[in-house]
Amino acid sequence: MKRIAIVLAATSVLALGACKKQAPESLPPPPQSSAEPAPSTPGPSAPQGVVPGTQAHFAQQMQGRDTIYFDTDKFNIDAEDQAALAQQAAYLQQYPNIRATVEGHCDERGTREYNLALGERRANAAKNYLISLGVAANRLTTVSYGKERPIALGSNEQAWARNRRAVTIVMN
Amino acid sequence: MTARTLFTAALLTVLAGPALAQNAPAPAATSGSVVALPSSQAAQAPAESDEGFTFTVTDERPWQDLSIAIPAFATNRDEPTPANAQGTAALGVELGRVIYSDLMNNGLFRPVGPDSLPRPSYAQITAPAWGTWSGRSAEMLVHGYVRAGGNDQLTVGCYLYDVQLQQELVREGWVVSPAEWRRAAHKCADLIYSRLSGESPFFDSKIAYIAETGPKDRRIKRLAIMDSDGANHRFITNGQATALTPRYSPDYSKIAYVSYVNGYARIYVYDIGSGRQTLVTESQNPTFAPRWSPDGRTILYSMAVAGNTDIYRISASGGGTPQRLTDAPGIDVGGSYSPDGSQIVFESDRSGNQQIYVMNADGSGQRRISFFGGRAATPEWSPRGDQIAFTHIVGDLRIAVITPDGRNLRYLTDSWQDEAPTWSPNGRIVQFFRTARNSGETSIWQVDLTGRNERRLPTPVGASDPAWGPVLP
Repeated sequence: MKRIAIVLAATSVLALGACKKQAPESLPPPPQSSAEPAPSTPGPSAPQGVVPGTQAHFAQQMQGRDTIYFDTDKFNIDAEDQAALAQQAAYLQQYPNIRATVEGHCDERGTREYNLALGERRANAAKNYLISLGVAANRLTTVSYGKERPIALGSNEQAWARNRRAVTIVMN
Repeated sequence: MTARTLFTAALLTVLAGPALAQNAPAPAATSGSVVALPSSQAAQAPAESDEGFTFTVTDERPWQDLSIAIPAFATNRDEPTPANAQGTAALGVELGRVIYSDLMNNGLFRPVGPDSLPRPSYAQITAPAWGTWSGRSAEMLVHGYVRAGGNDQLTVGCYLYDVQLQQELVREGWVVSPAEWRRAAHKCADLIYSRLSGESPFFDSKIAYIAETGPKDRRIKRLAIMDSDGANHRFITNGQATALTPRYSPDYSKIAYVSYVNGYARIYVYDIGSGRQTLVTESQNPTFAPRWSPDGRTILYSMAVAGNTDIYRISASGGGTPQRLTDAPGIDVGGSYSPDGSQIVFESDRSGNQQIYVMNADGSGQRRISFFGGRAATPEWSPRGDQIAFTHIVGDLRIAVITPDGRNLRYLTDSWQDEAPTWSPNGRIVQFFRTARNSGETSIWQVDLTGRNERRLPTPVGASDPAWGPVLP
């Protein structure tokens, strides 16, 4: 019985984590009909109301690939990260008038100030890779939140893995 | 014990002892001369009390075991005072309670407070009723008085007696504004503690920290301050922007801290008097981990440039060119000056993970001192110079101390996540913050350098990043 309870608890944590949307840190601007410089979307059908070139549109198009993940204390860009960043870069190339900021984050199992520095390192690693793919440096900024803004709330390996991340946010 | 100088504009040491008996019936004979009273008379008090034996002659047991009676402070005349709606007599009870709490909460001695003791008369302050106190098995006796003087000032006297020997051990007096009456109680607790333990005082000091509210993913973090006992709590920022890692300037006039007020981490110096704040340095890069030099003239900060973090120093008076102290690839962060200002202990991952290094104040002579496994972070040099407290990370985060040569590793705590030690002004107590697993709730704790007397500090909401300032000037 006890074991069942534990399994259930674990599953529900996972379920929660899995369905939790990785919400953008800044809300997208309200949809408005200002003439977007963006070309008519080639992609298959943005649902109504989501304006191309906005954070909402970017997050939707990336399907989770607006975020890359890191190992403990690491900031290297692995193959999976490269694929995600390539998609981000393609999007940014497609909408040349938008800018983006890369947020660096850490898990809670480190000291605050080191994590601010480590988050900055992660954000810069992602930014530099985007630049290497042809995104102009002056379109990209970074910000580190250290361990201040976790997205997964548990204190376990799965949560920490989700929190060691760099998230690209489109700014209009 | 040597006589300490306690004179400041805000808090004047005056001698109240000999004057007391003479003045007992005559209210406030000296009230107009608060500022003038001091020097000649004050100088003679410690000299008198230091005559003859020292305490160690009278008792061989550890000083921690001493029983101390702290009855209410007496008053020459129960008068209205802005410090207490019920007058100076009630204020006298409060003074005794604060002293009792200071000693009790820190595990010092075996104090008994005013709520369970008879109340001495004003005349008895300088002539204790010895039989009353020996009958209660008190070994030490604290007496004091409070007088409302002219210009809205309070005069508070504090006396420590050895009951068995029927001798005065030490006395001091202070003039305080009513708003600062608790400081007189802390000064008295410091006097007792210093006289009986031989240690330097620490109660009359303040703590800056970060008040935390809200859930883990939407945590609101506000800059806040409080006295060393948690009293006089005050929020300084409103929580709209995340605030982190405050540090009091040594003279308590300013607080350096990190704010995201413009969207990015930057160090601001908040002026407590004016309420204004200024950037420590104009930069396009994030700045964090502010630290003051012991003389308050220099601020250390860490700055990340293209992902590489180094430590810089800049004049605290504003302007001037920052000087870069480290240039290792990787993260060099934090920093804490040795008490004489000649050296800086800091954290670097240049070896591959966080370790503790020491350098001269100009950045020269950098060398690693931590070689005991795990990661070592947030080093803080003791105000006494003999220890470095830090966060040791081996899975869990624990508070530990080493000597400045990196030896004699000793753990002070054993919990899931304790980090960011800060020293009491006398280097006998380490404060830190503890994070609860899952909820992420934070609280400030402290522990003796001996590893004993671990306790949580009372704060109105969650609390992290404590920074204990020096004894108030």
